Amino acid sequence: MPLMVEDLSCRRDGRLVFAGLSFGLADGEARLLQGPNGVGKSSLLRTLAGLVPAAGGRITLDDTDPAETDLWAERVAYAGHLDAVKPQLTVEENLRFWAAIHGTTAVAPALEAFDLAAIAGRPAHACSAGQKRRLGLARLLLARRRLWLLDEPTVALDRAAVARLLGVVSDHLAAGGMALVATHVDLALTAAPPVVLAPPPAGRTHPGAPADDPFLEGAFA
Amino acid sequence: MSAATALLARELQLALRSGGGAGLGLAFFLIVVLLVPLGIGPDPARLAGVAPGTLWIAALLACLLSLDRLFQADAEDGALDILALSPLPLEAIVALKALAHWLTTGLPLVAVAPLLGVTLSLPTPAFAWLVGALVVGTPALSFLGAIGAAVTVGIRRGGLLLSILVLPLYLPTLIFGARVVTAAAEGADPVPALLLLAGITLFVLAAAPFAAAAALRINLR
Repeated sequence: MPLMVEDLSCRRDGRLVFAGLSFGLADGEARLLQGPNGVGKSSLLRTLAGLVPAAGGRITLDDTDPAETDLWAERVAYAGHLDAVKPQLTVEENLRFWAAIHGTTAVAPALEAFDLAAIAGRPAHACSAGQKRRLGLARLLLARRRLWLLDEPTVALDRAAVARLLGVVSDHLAAGGMALVATHVDLALTAAPPVVLAPPPAGRTHPGAPADDPFLEGAFA
Repeated sequence: MSAATALLARELQLALRSGGGAGLGLAFFLIVVLLVPLGIGPDPARLAGVAPGTLWIAALLACLLSLDRLFQADAEDGALDILALSPLPLEAIVALKALAHWLTTGLPLVAVAPLLGVTLSLPTPAFAWLVGALVVGTPALSFLGAIGAAVTVGIRRGGLLLSILVLPLYLPTLIFGARVVTAAAEGADPVPALLLLAGITLFVLAAAPFAAAAALRINLR
């Protein structure tokens, strides 16, 4: 399996959010990520993106792990709750900036894929939440990344936009990509069983983790 | 356009568009310096004595004014996560953002400083040295400020904490920057102080991006 997650545990603000998670993704495979609010879906995606170090366990993708920051960043694309859209810039300027950061100038296909061409010249502060979300998702198409990590991508999207998103992700899978999609809706994306997160048993802490420090907790509260 | 120039261009564009705050530091600098003759009286000899210190202290405060948004705006809209996963190293991102801050905040101060020197009755021989000292010293203010901005990026109302963290770091720049101008005004040799000021700035330019990037990595978790 190209992506292997073994016995992964994750901490958020000193609290263990989940532990003992193992799953894998093959080329061209997508899986939904499900579980109640606060169970650590976003934490898992941020950990897989390499933004947050894992509290324990192992993550590997093509013999690389998130500790090799540069190699890892070339393999993953992350779209979180926030769309990374600057309100002062137009839709096209926003996308052109991210394109230049990823070393390309081709933004037309990404604008087209999310039906943004008609509003390309509109300042992002004048866009609706759904349009901003489409702009945030269009960023995925700027650079080729093997693994897409999508956090609630359908929030604020209308039916047509969800259909477009499904089309874009399906194309990505058909080209051999992988996707892990945290969602509460039943996206008709994949037949693979969802990855379901459950809270850890009460009182379990990971060995080797620093003990909770009431003084520090108080200082940063 | 390479990723680095794209980031610099975006930072300048955002600072200059509405709500960017590029003119804010300049206006603050003008007002603070123009308040001094009103506060301590119009006697030219007395004004000339406090002119170097006044101009430098006003420059420090004006630089602080827009620092709190240096990383905060990108952290709030998710752009910092995407930048952290981009091919640009975080150290380069810090350096480019601090450079853009200097171009939009420090450089305008340098441009108007001679004018304010006139209102403070600064002796004529000191004008060139005032401009020189500000050109050499103000980049250190933006780069030291980047460390403070990175440390306080996750904190609400972090701007106040930022000021308290950063102002002590500005002391060497203030001391030698004001010394250059005072020496020139008194007919002493300003070169040793200018060389020390340049040394401080070079050290800060080299070290600050690494310190700020380390602080950002911790805050991204």
